[in-house]
Amino acid sequence: MKQVLQVQQIEKYYGSKANLTKAIDDISFGVDEGEFIGIMGSSGSGKTTLLNCISTIDRVTAGHILLNGQDITKLKGKQLNAFRRQELGFIFQDFNLLDTLTAYENIALALTIQKVKAAEIDERVLEIAEKLDIKSILQKYPYQISGGQKQRVASARAIITNPKLVLADEPTGALDSKSARQLLDSFSVLNQYMGATILMVTHDAFTASYANRILFIKDGKIFNEIHKGDSSRKQFFEKIIDVVTLLGGALNDVI
Amino acid sequence: MLYKLSIKNIQKSIKDYTIYFLTLIFGVAVFYMFNSLDSQQAMMEVSKNTRDIIKLMVETLGYISVGVAVVLGFLIVYANNFLIKRRKKEFGLYMTLGMGKSQISKILLFETIWIGLFSLIVGLLIGVFCSQLMSVLVVKLFKADMSKYEFVFSGAALSKTIVCFGVMYGAVMFFNTFTISRYKLIDLLTAVRKNEKIKMKNPIACVFIFLASAVLLGWAYYMVTGNFENIKLNNLWIPILMGIVATFFIFWSLSGFILKVVQSRKGIYLKGNNMFVLRQIHNKINTTVFSITIICLLLFMTISLLSSGLSINRYLTKDLEEMTPVDINLIKQANLSNDKNKKQSNSQWTKEQMKDSHREISQTLKNCNMDMNILRDVVELKYYTVEGLTWERTLDSVFDSISEQYPYLRYETLEQIVKVSDYNRIAKLYGIKEYELKDEEYIVLCDFDSMVEFRNMALQEAPEITINGKTYKSKYDKCQEGYINMGTSHMNTGIYLVPDSCELKDSQIQYYFLAANYNGDTQEEKKEIEKIFADEEESKLLKELKKKSSIGELDGITKIATIESSVGITNIITFIAIYLGFIFLIASAAILALKELTETSDNKQRYGILRKIGMDDSMIHQSLFKQIGIFFLVPLCLAILHSVFGIQFALKLLSVHIKTKDLLPSILATAGFLVIIYGGYFLATFIQSKNMIKD
Repeated sequence: MKQVLQVQQIEKYYGSKANLTKAIDDISFGVDEGEFIGIMGSSGSGKTTLLNCISTIDRVTAGHILLNGQDITKLKGKQLNAFRRQELGFIFQDFNLLDTLTAYENIALALTIQKVKAAEIDERVLEIAEKLDIKSILQKYPYQISGGQKQRVASARAIITNPKLVLADEPTGALDSKSARQLLDSFSVLNQYMGATILMVTHDAFTASYANRILFIKDGKIFNEIHKGDSSRKQFFEKIIDVVTLLGGALNDVI
Repeated sequence: MLYKLSIKNIQKSIKDYTIYFLTLIFGVAVFYMFNSLDSQQAMMEVSKNTRDIIKLMVETLGYISVGVAVVLGFLIVYANNFLIKRRKKEFGLYMTLGMGKSQISKILLFETIWIGLFSLIVGLLIGVFCSQLMSVLVVKLFKADMSKYEFVFSGAALSKTIVCFGVMYGAVMFFNTFTISRYKLIDLLTAVRKNEKIKMKNPIACVFIFLASAVLLGWAYYMVTGNFENIKLNNLWIPILMGIVATFFIFWSLSGFILKVVQSRKGIYLKGNNMFVLRQIHNKINTTVFSITIICLLLFMTISLLSSGLSINRYLTKDLEEMTPVDINLIKQANLSNDKNKKQSNSQWTKEQMKDSHREISQTLKNCNMDMNILRDVVELKYYTVEGLTWERTLDSVFDSISEQYPYLRYETLEQIVKVSDYNRIAKLYGIKEYELKDEEYIVLCDFDSMVEFRNMALQEAPEITINGKTYKSKYDKCQEGYINMGTSHMNTGIYLVPDSCELKDSQIQYYFLAANYNGDTQEEKKEIEKIFADEEESKLLKELKKKSSIGELDGITKIATIESSVGITNIITFIAIYLGFIFLIASAAILALKELTETSDNKQRYGILRKIGMDDSMIHQSLFKQIGIFFLVPLCLAILHSVFGIQFALKLLSVHIKTKDLLPSILATAGFLVIIYGGYFLATFIQSKNMIKD
């Protein structure tokens, strides 16, 4: 299978020479097309830094990140913005919806800045809304809908541009368990029926159990890697808990 | 510690709100400049007549400064309240750290004192410096002698500025303490977190209200221009109030209206950042309708003041040289009498004055021991009046339409009659057209626009007049150009020229008139002679005349005084227009700038989201530019529309007839003024906002 993302021996240092912090210390992995990969780690493990580097928000100190064969560590300025716009979709913990725009407009905005034609925008927004079951709230403002609905709107916005890779940063962090489950079901829809490749960062074992594969990061290094394979979600969840226990009490937030 | 905190706070807010602090400094500087006009060096070097004019100007400016202080006070208090409200979280932090309200008030007190002192000192320094530049301008305008230049400093203006701004800052301190005392800690801490609910208006209601206000505004415009004749001064508030209400509701509904229209055109709405920009504007217009209305009205006043002020200036000075062909005109009432039935005024005349009123003016002057050699080209004539020949009589046929339009015109006024050869001697001296008359003919001379119109209508009927039993008919079917009394513009409301053969009695003489030039070759020599006729304190002649004749305080007009006072009055108008225009403009621009800057800092997060979903910086800047641009442009556009009608109305009200062509230079000057200052504020706001949303 084709690899969408290749992370090759990346390193990220903070601070000066005298006081150097290695946030990422030689991490390499690949993500296949259509894969739903989870990255787990406690706070301070480097998982957010890793996500920032992949999403081009931050720059690596050494190593290469290849997305669809293109080395994104070499991109600059406008190229970088264009790349982010066209190849990546983002889902954030705090939704990052514009409160002045309706749900419909929030989703459409991602397309308008890519200069997609108006007629096509309308069609695509309605299509994705149908899949994520948010059609009924399209004309509402963010303050009028629940957290789960907000996050599904944000997911719709992330996926509507047909990105090569969707990056989700603690997507369930601000949701109650019911909303979280609904959202993760939506992720499965995106992943299985729309073929979206999703990279999700979380410290929540339940959320992570929806992924196909999980990378555990500790102190800037990959500590472990587990595959879901043919096991059920419940079995996979138990596997995750095992690893978390192995990692040490640092990951307290398991359900 | 409190002191240190306040200094740090100021440093921070100066960085963010530079524009506001610059406006404060400008305000102080301009306030000082205009109030220090009287002590300018230039003022000492001008003639007495001009000095009087300048005195009048300084007095007027003094009154206007009160209004200006109110506007600036409003700006300062408003801006301050605005900035204080934004610091709730900071105050909350202070209070959780154990600081009392009185201590927070103290911090604010220090801040206000520092900002006040800083803006006053810097503003005054700039003001003192700029007033030197302004005195150069004054010299040019009043044509004063500036060979002895000195640096001038006005203590009066200084203390006035300090007192005015001191009061304003005092008010700010009071407001601050009051505001702080009302805050509760819990509100302060949650102030930021509270999610602002966006009140959305019903778009259809918006469309309806927008159209209704547009109609209301159109009606107000019609009332002050198209329907001008029917408007009465004491009903003037109706169209003005209508205009203000319409302005408010147009802004109230505008964004909803536009949103509705644009939304229905998906091709535009779903293009680039249009959607975001429109929503941004629609979102904040709710909270800004009131201030936008005030800004629009201030801008309207700025534009109207500047362009009509500058136009009147041009209008008043245009005909001046042409209308003052000789150095002096003197007029004296004839046939004075204390008889109640014949009395011309309420004065009680002495015997000597009554006797003098049968002499020609040159005789009077000789009788007052004046050396006639100071005058040359002396021409004298007599105005006659005939009982029964009144305006009411000569304008009989058009009387109804005139009295409707000018109900206060004095129709019992007697028509003035002059013999044609007398007139021709004057006309020759003035270098204007001379006339010929056969027996039994008359000519009406008139050059005052609205009177010409009426007289022409009346002359169409070929009316006959009767003088001492003899009948005359009009030579022409309309008025002819010509005048006898010089003035600042064409003001001759009507003179009847009759043939020399007309038998007019000496008892029918109304006025004696004399026109002459001063017997001097240079301007200096003429100015010396002018003193004999114009210097009330020094001139012996004037004292004699007052005692012996009815000329009294020189019933007449001199070229030098006319030009000086006319130039002076137009200069007063110009100064006041610029002064008020500038203050209104910076006040409105500063409020807008402040609003937009705080808006940007509130919306930092939104721009962050845009960046995260992949919007280019250039596109983000573009949307910022569009937003700020629209907020600056919308009140300006409506203000310009208001002014189109407002200026017309103002000119009509002042009975100034200016062709659009002549208005153009002053409108261009106003536009330039606006572009530089308002545009400058816009650019500064945009640049500062751009810096704010970096990272």
